[in-house]
Amino acid sequence: MYTFSNRLRIGSFIAMAVGLLFLGIGFVSAPSTVEEAKAMVASAHGDGHGGGHAEEATAHGEEQGHGAAAAHGEEHDASHDTHLLHQLQNRPWSALYVAAFFFFMIALGVLAFYAIQRAAQAGWSPILFRVMEGITAYLVPGGIIVFVILVLSVLHMNHMFVWMDPETVAHDKLLQGKAGYLNPTFFLIRAAIFLGGWIFYRQHSRKLSLAQDESDDNSNFVKNFRWSAGFLVFYLVTESMMSWDWIMSLDPHWFSTLFGWYVFASMFVSGITVIALVVIYLKSRGYLENVNDSHLHDLAKFMFGISIFWTYLWFAQFMLIWYADIPEEVTYYVARFQDYKLPFFGMLVMNFVFPLLVLMNSDYKRVNWFVVMAGIVVLLGHYLDVFNMVMPATVGDQWYIGLPEIGGLLFFGGLFVFWVFTALTKAPLQPKRNPFIEESKHFHY
Amino acid sequence: MASKVIQALYNDDDVLMHAVKKVRAAHHHIEEVYTPFPVHGLDKAMGLAGTRIAITSFMYGCLGLTVAIVMMNYIMIEDWPQDIGGKPSFSYLENMPAFVPIMFEMTVFFAAHLMVITFYLRSKMWPFKKAENPDKRTTDDHFLMEIGVHDNESELAELLWETGAVEVKVTEKDS
Repeated sequence: MYTFSNRLRIGSFIAMAVGLLFLGIGFVSAPSTVEEAKAMVASAHGDGHGGGHAEEATAHGEEQGHGAAAAHGEEHDASHDTHLLHQLQNRPWSALYVAAFFFFMIALGVLAFYAIQRAAQAGWSPILFRVMEGITAYLVPGGIIVFVILVLSVLHMNHMFVWMDPETVAHDKLLQGKAGYLNPTFFLIRAAIFLGGWIFYRQHSRKLSLAQDESDDNSNFVKNFRWSAGFLVFYLVTESMMSWDWIMSLDPHWFSTLFGWYVFASMFVSGITVIALVVIYLKSRGYLENVNDSHLHDLAKFMFGISIFWTYLWFAQFMLIWYADIPEEVTYYVARFQDYKLPFFGMLVMNFVFPLLVLMNSDYKRVNWFVVMAGIVVLLGHYLDVFNMVMPATVGDQWYIGLPEIGGLLFFGGLFVFWVFTALTKAPLQPKRNPFIEESKHFHY
Repeated sequence: MASKVIQALYNDDDVLMHAVKKVRAAHHHIEEVYTPFPVHGLDKAMGLAGTRIAITSFMYGCLGLTVAIVMMNYIMIEDWPQDIGGKPSFSYLENMPAFVPIMFEMTVFFAAHLMVITFYLRSKMWPFKKAENPDKRTTDDHFLMEIGVHDNESELAELLWETGAVEVKVTEKDS
């Protein structure tokens, strides 16, 4: 049995407290009026930014060539200012949402990996099942938090999802056409169905997995195999829809048909990386004595392979849009190329170039500190990936990695560590009666 | 130059593996083992050095990537610039995304093909090469271990019979 070390527990509490404090500062310091927002931007950027826009607006007004030119300019200015206010108000919310989704996505990615191992009846991995079950335990609190944030968005506590605002939809033909699917009620019903299904499978599979240890036949194992296969079908459909709902709908005019796969690759590689990190940590504390280099090698191979897969999907999505150059599609990348250069290209280096070069050599996949180092970079890279998916739509060019963003990472990171390692103490770390456990113990490559 | 070798035949890969370990433990130099299929772990048991083909593969991949970049730059930018989909080909960098699939394919193509050719050459296999394996049965269901003889014929034969060989013979070998 694993006992939660005190240092780790205290560390997770400190992270949560500091994170909460940072997030609180972020929420309190968000502007509540247009004047405050303008003052914030003016003081942050000097005169350059605001002044430039004002000139642009005046020029725009004069071009009309009517007597109402000045009025037009003012109107434009006012709508721009409200937009700016909304962006600044969105910032702490987006920071909260990105971090909440990122850690939730790790648990969901691990759940998919776990279900694949079960459905494939893999012989190498059963020894890692308890670690995976521990990580997927975070699905319950993480999923509920994401759901609460979505409910608060529907209640207009923030302006992250513009299509939730009836005023905006009233002036937007495209959104009216999508309203049959993209409306707040159906949105929440879908979210509840997705989360309900995933959490149900997680809890049920865990129950069967524990029951298998105590039983004298393989019936629980067979049941788990069937549930896992069924779950994968459900997951494949719902994961895709979840990514449209929770992320792609932040840019409600834009769409990409492989977006679901893209988000899947991100969560899959983050999940596998976290499995590897937790396994290395537990092994360094003297647990999991039957886990050997070959298990680690296989996890690192997955990290390497899925990193390449992620890049493939990232590029497939980008290249088609870049080549076709259709205005309504290409705006998505224009926003990222103009305002998000560093996180956007930094993410490519962290998620592709770095793991490609570091994890290519077969021998390095067996070196613990190498895998840990690559893992941390990959995880930060995929946090940035979610950041790049959410922020351009919600805060535009007002992004910054500051207190609320770091606070979100710390708070949910602390909660994640606390929840996962508490779940790990609940059952022995090595399954007893899994029919493949002997093969897994002697796994050798 | 002809050299004297002793050849032991086995009919099971597990027996062969144990025999290899025993012969090595007795400090005899195994010249070669012929098997009908790859035996997992045999290279380690024989004490062969690790393969370096991965390094060549990386170099060939880099070569392929370079060839793709130079080739596309010549074809699409320098020699015959075209305007495709409103993207005039005047700059390699601005058209680079269109060349990424080619860069990827050429990297894989070079790495894969040159790696296979390297493997054949390194294994001294080329067209019209005379087969090296001393016994046809090693292409069917037998395993053959070959050890150089240095005036210790009877001692070696005894050891090999002990390890479970089904046949032991001494022959002259041209090399």
